[in-house]
Amino acid sequence: MSSLSSSVIRIRGLTRTFQLKSGPVHAVRGIDLTVGRGEILGFLGPNGAGKTTTLRMLTTLLPPSGGDAEIAGHDLLRDPAGVRRRIGYVAQSGGLDPACGVREELVTQCRLHLMSRGAARERAGELARELGLSDLMDRPTGALSGGQRRRLEIAMGLANRPEVLFLDEPTTGLDPGSRAELWELVARVRAEHGTTVFLTTHYLDEADALADRVVVVDSGRIVAEGTPADLKTRYTGDPAASLQDAFLAITGRGATGEPVAI
Amino acid sequence: MTLLAHTGIVFGRALRATLRSKTNLFFGMLQPLLFLALFGPLLTELDIGVSGSSWQALVPGVLIQLTLLGGSYVGLGLLMDRSLGVVDRMRVTPVTPLALLLGRTLRDVVQLVAQAVLLVLLGLALGLRAPLPGVLLGLLFVAVVAAALSALSYGLAMHIRTGQEFAAVVNTAGMPLMLLAGLLLPMSLAPGWLDGISRAVPFRYTVDAVRQVFLGHYANGTVAVGAAVTLALAALCLLAGARLFRSAPA
Ligand SMILES: Nc1ncnc2c1ncn2[C@@H]1O[C@H](COP(=O)(O)OP(=O)(O)O)[C@@H](O)[C@H]1O
Ligand SMILES: [Mg+2]
Repeated sequence: MSSLSSSVIRIRGLTRTFQLKSGPVHAVRGIDLTVGRGEILGFLGPNGAGKTTTLRMLTTLLPPSGGDAEIAGHDLLRDPAGVRRRIGYVAQSGGLDPACGVREELVTQCRLHLMSRGAARERAGELARELGLSDLMDRPTGALSGGQRRRLEIAMGLANRPEVLFLDEPTTGLDPGSRAELWELVARVRAEHGTTVFLTTHYLDEADALADRVVVVDSGRIVAEGTPADLKTRYTGDPAASLQDAFLAITGRGATGEPVAI
Repeated sequence: MTLLAHTGIVFGRALRATLRSKTNLFFGMLQPLLFLALFGPLLTELDIGVSGSSWQALVPGVLIQLTLLGGSYVGLGLLMDRSLGVVDRMRVTPVTPLALLLGRTLRDVVQLVAQAVLLVLLGLALGLRAPLPGVLLGLLFVAVVAAALSALSYGLAMHIRTGQEFAAVVNTAGMPLMLLAGLLLPMSLAPGWLDGISRAVPFRYTVDAVRQVFLGHYANGTVAVGAAVTLALAALCLLAGARLFRSAPA
């Protein structure tokens, strides 16, 4: 994290509307956001807030209805291929073939990033060591635990040593132990490689534990942003309050059932 | 050059996936062989109005049937990969988007041509007589039709949400096309109206051309028309498949 002041993501007026037979769905209504190099950004919001839609636009999968963005020095609309070269993306569904072996998934992902066969094998081994997958290389991915699968998916997202790693709800569905492990892993990746991490979550404790800065989204708009401590102080007047209380104050809505999720 | 290299990477992954699923591979290969072995003997005593044995008409028909069925259903596999997030994961890499389509299509061509070779060998054992250049030309027809249908099938699969919907569309379109192409019995047996309709089905010209080259006739009108129609169809399908693949909705 050489300098937090230099930005690696600049988003201006990003919108996305889906046209359905039942009428238009305004999933993202104008996001302006700058993310510093080496920052871990928590994009926090309830289900349906527009987190995944925003991420799919930033990773070139979905054309925006309006606005633009520059990511890792490449213009999202004019140079999507340049963006794809410099980012990693782990979707909520993960993108693993259950019948495919761990080694093959890793090597193929490196090949898809246009490494030679030799370089791809070498990089796969390196990623496996770094993410603790070396003993699992010959297993089909379908035989991995939830936590192991997530580690593999993140390893694949890191294949090209991306400047920015996008993670969509990385710990949804994981048990508490695996969640804590994953938080450590993400923090370690940033510390060792200076990777900027843009992660979405609907877990307040996750944003609190992991993010340098939290951006709260609701109904496709940014409704608040700041460090977790900022948000707590600003919206509840008490830095010792939980992010939960802050969220309640921001959106005027409370948690839905789950104690730690909005 | 880039496109070729990228297609190779995607092809490698797709081919390894195919070779891994041994059960699928085995039963996929077995089905057309059983069809030929169990249906073919019914025709050997009938006069179906072709020169040589009935195998001369049937083997090319079953070859094209195998290609039609095998090619048009490959989209189901893509639907599965889409729902797993595999397709999106690959789309966020520097690989040329078109290579994601062509790599898979090339795998299907290889698989269907391999199946076609087995089918021809069985045909030869049962009574088919065909010269080697004719067989090779026939396999070329198979490869072109396989590429066309596979690309179109993938394009379609990018726009349909569930396997049931996909199968319904493919069945509805495929069944009449297959019957009207005169694959199992030549259309010369059909009444005038049916023969008339079937002239609008491009695969009719493909299969007639394959029957000719299996007889060792290469330079006649039937072969020329068959080649022209098949190539035009392939160009159209590849173009449509590539467009549909690229314009995939959210
Ligand atoms: N492909 C789509 N077609 C139509 N509506 C969509 C599509 N994807 C998302 N939406 C709608 O956009 C809104 C935001 O969805 P999403 O970005 O998935 O939210 P989140 O990830 O925050 O839960 C929701 O109302 C959702 O129903
Ligand atoms: Mg989501």
